[in-house]
Amino acid sequence: MDKPDKKKNRRDFIFTASYTIGAVGLGATIWPLIDQMNPDSSVKALSTTEVDISQIQPGKSITVLWRGKPVFIKRRTQSEISEAQSVKLEELKHPEKDQDRVKKPEWLVMLGICTHLGCVPLSDKGEYQGWFCPCHGSHYDTSGRIRKGPAPVNMEIPKYTFIDDNTIKIG
Amino acid sequence: MSDHYTPSSKFGKWFNDRLPLLSLSAHLREYPTPRNLNYWWTFGGILTFCLMSQIITGVVLGMHYVAHADMAFNSIEHIMRDVNYGWLIRYIHSNGASMFFLAVYIHIFRSLFYGSYKSPREIIWILGMLIYLLMMATAFMGYVLPWGQMSFWGATVITNLFSAVPLVGESITEWLWGGYAVDNPTLTRFFSLHYLLPFLILGLVVLHIWALHVPGNNNPVGIDIKKPSSDTVPFHPYITIKDLFALLVFLIIFSGFVFFAPNILGHSDNYIQANPLVTPKHIVPEWYLLPFYAILRSVPDKLGGVILLFASIFILMALPWLDSSKVRSAIFRPIYKQFFWLLMVDVLVLGYMGAMPAEGTYLLIARVATAYYFIHFIVILPILSKFEKTESLPLSISDPVLTGRTDRSDV
Repeated sequence: MDKPDKKKNRRDFIFTASYTIGAVGLGATIWPLIDQMNPDSSVKALSTTEVDISQIQPGKSITVLWRGKPVFIKRRTQSEISEAQSVKLEELKHPEKDQDRVKKPEWLVMLGICTHLGCVPLSDKGEYQGWFCPCHGSHYDTSGRIRKGPAPVNMEIPKYTFIDDNTIKIG
Repeated sequence: MSDHYTPSSKFGKWFNDRLPLLSLSAHLREYPTPRNLNYWWTFGGILTFCLMSQIITGVVLGMHYVAHADMAFNSIEHIMRDVNYGWLIRYIHSNGASMFFLAVYIHIFRSLFYGSYKSPREIIWILGMLIYLLMMATAFMGYVLPWGQMSFWGATVITNLFSAVPLVGESITEWLWGGYAVDNPTLTRFFSLHYLLPFLILGLVVLHIWALHVPGNNNPVGIDIKKPSSDTVPFHPYITIKDLFALLVFLIIFSGFVFFAPNILGHSDNYIQANPLVTPKHIVPEWYLLPFYAILRSVPDKLGGVILLFASIFILMALPWLDSSKVRSAIFRPIYKQFFWLLMVDVLVLGYMGAMPAEGTYLLIARVATAYYFIHFIVILPILSKFEKTESLPLSISDPVLTGRTDRSDV
């Protein structure tokens, strides 16, 4: 009496098992086709850049490429440092202490990309003597913090270390 | 039938009245298929899979490949070493070409055995031959893209075929090259065309299937059947599940090549960057072009070899008229059946000779095999179709089953 039931259950089991295996196989086939568009080994291999900073004069900055993006390395003057440190956190759109954004106060290392829509801001421009983005008018101060304009947050600080007094490793 | 198909939902009906996709899908599901189709009939589905697989992996490879004489070779190595799963995608694409040809040869020989090229299916056959021709052109240009030694010298030899044309030969080859030898302009145009042709093939495949759906499938017994009737089954689920099973078996073999012997069908010389100053000792095309290569080399005259090479392909298009026998399936043609196998052996022999150096006994055998290839089509088939005494055909597909006839034992 329970025979047809049993048969039906077995059939259901086979269906479910086949569909499951089929779905896993399909997923395993599709994944390489998706993953191939992710950064490849040759791109990942370029994830660190070493920079010689011995030639940079106070008040000057250089721009280097790291992972295809511009990184600003600025040697700040004493007045720029004190200006950055003296700002009250309440005045900031994205409150961050200058001390938290640098390893040595003299050196500001940050991604030179406006956090609004990705343009590269111009240095020593704008109302705060820091950076000014020509695309949509964002003003950054001498610590790279957003002060005025549409950008939502401060310019990003990449991972970096001082290998010695004259060399920075970014990434 | 699907012509009278009405969608059940109101929206379905509204949509279908404007774009009858649902009718098409119903037609494909219900499409009456002869109930006696054997596994040789599953290669149409397998070939559709091969084409899609080649297009998808090819589009992906195109994202990483650089079509420039100085960078192409390195970009292939970049794909093999750096790109995530690049090795897998490239091996699927390169072995996929071989699997595509393996399937298409089985598909063609199935047609030859069961007379699928005969009336009323001549257009299907001719479209199929055009697809085959485009496949060869596409595969050849794809083989040039890695810019290895075999790529370069294969391209040189094949494009030089056109220099055999009297008077304008040299202008044609220079036009093909975009210069005075195979070089960067040749590579970039081959890349462009290699990307284009598969989509032309896809278009022809749609016509091929459309033309097939007018008379319906031929079948192992080769007789006309009433559709739908007790001789047919709906395409879905009967044929879909059978095609799927055959495809899975095919994929096991395919994966065997991709994962365990990905370079066994290739030539090691192609891992050496193209060098216009040094020709490799042995220039050998890919295995699927070897029979034609043997025909080309068996003629001692440049122009003659080229003419025979093209004739060997175009003669196939005339096949429906060369073989005028009313009986389709070789099952009921005892003499044709022998010649079918002889032709198959002949083509295999030609393939083997194409891989051997063109000298001594090899050359002699290649010449005999080439002659036989043409004799089969031009002499044997027309005579045979007039004088062969065929066996009596069953009235329907169910007939030989129900009457217990045994002459289907060799199907």
